Amino acid sequence: MELHLTLVFNGLATGMLIFLLAAGLSLIFGLMSVLNFAHGALFMFGAYMGTWVYILIGGWDSPWGNVNFFIGMGAAALIGVILGYVVERFTVRQVYGNHLRQILITTGVMLVVGELVKVFWGPNLIRVVQPEFLTGNFMVGDVRLTYYRLFIIIFSTTILVLLLFMLKKSKLGIVVRAGVENSDMIQALGVNVRKVFTLVFVFGTVLACIGGYMWGPYQGQVNPGMGLDLMLIAFIVVAIGGLGSVAGSAVAAVLVGLSEAYMAYYFPPGSLAVNMLIMATVLLIKPTGIFGAGR
Amino acid sequence: MTMLKINGLHTHIEQFHILQGVDLEVPEGSVTVVLGRNGAGKTTTIRSIMGFYPNMKGEILFKEESLMNSPTYTIAKKGIGYVPEDQDIFAGLTVEENMRVAMRKEDDKTFERQEWLLGLFPDLKTAWKRKGGHLSGGQKQMLSIARALVNETPLLLIDEPSKGLAPIMVEKVMEAMNVIRETTTILLVEQNFMMASQLGDYFYMIDEGRTVFDGSMQLLLDDEGLRKKYLGIA
Repeated sequence: MELHLTLVFNGLATGMLIFLLAAGLSLIFGLMSVLNFAHGALFMFGAYMGTWVYILIGGWDSPWGNVNFFIGMGAAALIGVILGYVVERFTVRQVYGNHLRQILITTGVMLVVGELVKVFWGPNLIRVVQPEFLTGNFMVGDVRLTYYRLFIIIFSTTILVLLLFMLKKSKLGIVVRAGVENSDMIQALGVNVRKVFTLVFVFGTVLACIGGYMWGPYQGQVNPGMGLDLMLIAFIVVAIGGLGSVAGSAVAAVLVGLSEAYMAYYFPPGSLAVNMLIMATVLLIKPTGIFGAGR
Repeated sequence: MTMLKINGLHTHIEQFHILQGVDLEVPEGSVTVVLGRNGAGKTTTIRSIMGFYPNMKGEILFKEESLMNSPTYTIAKKGIGYVPEDQDIFAGLTVEENMRVAMRKEDDKTFERQEWLLGLFPDLKTAWKRKGGHLSGGQKQMLSIARALVNETPLLLIDEPSKGLAPIMVEKVMEAMNVIRETTTILLVEQNFMMASQLGDYFYMIDEGRTVFDGSMQLLLDDEGLRKKYLGIA
């Protein structure tokens, strides 16, 4: 029982971090029909930039280590705003409606961002330590759980709830949901869908960058390959959850996170195969994904 | 005064030359009907006015201002409401949200218009919290019309409002349109000749992407040969 509780807890933490990466990808895919292969690279760049700032201002060893951690997170979010705007404005905007060009240009962005990271920070991994207030374990019954994982679950769940609330209640959220269904019609109602596209792209990139930053202390390091590793999992999550569905991304990310946790314990080489199997099963039963509406 | 004027409109969709010279004039306060057989270019005409196609030549003037090369959202903001052929209701949004998404301002005036529209279409009031995807065909049509009119809308473009509706629903929509026409100029595309002839003041006949005939609706009602030639009805 203790083992299962630990695995579920670990799976939830992994799943919620994957959700931060996948939610933006899903919205960008659903609203703009853009295949953004650069999303993983942006996740990685956010991780590096946030970690660099975190270390630059004193890191975890300084007396302000806990504050530094959040300043690093702010830096990751800020670079997400800048990167998201630049990538959407100067690359993705030129290729709306053309999937082949989207794949080519976002793959190009992925390669450029990957090389930039190597130029600035070198090809080797950088070690990252959790801030002091999130270090260590606590006990629930006989189960030992870590504070950092609990923090990931609480933080990401808060983002999820705020995102769902915004999508449900705000005018912008309603416009985004309508745009995911039919972007031509939303324009015929007087909405500048391009502006909404930019906003969603920037928002998705910010979520990815924050997710990347939080991934660092979770794994104890950041490395140039981390974006690519998680990108495939994020695409699987988007396919399982349904394009454009934030709730779907959350459910699918938790499902994949749990599968990752269990497979990592019982049979690590089979992890990706099980995720693929889950995706294939869901798509066979419901081709639009669990929460996908279809168009 | 002319509300909308189209001169020599050509529209290409991908490699196809769909409109090959459409001319049309919609006087303010009128209901002008675009008629023609299936595939004649009626829907393409209305979608061209909304700026959905990038490859167009000719002239489209709304209140003497050119709409050519304007993005769709600016055309809508000028005060042109659009009701598409398949209604295009946002299925995942409630009726309330479908109305809200169309509101350009959420002020008293807009909410007054919404109330007026709900008076016109009481069915929408009862389905207020229901998702668009769960509405009947008639309710979807009502919502599509109400959504297009929730802002100040001097011109309404409406594409086949009777399509797929039961006769009782067609009657309801016609009743509503008779009220709407008192305040809004209407350009109507309609296959249902009974509806077109009862609502329309003027008609334009489109065939193979060109305007081939136009005049008052009475003229068409009186000319059986014309109806037979272009509409296939006596």
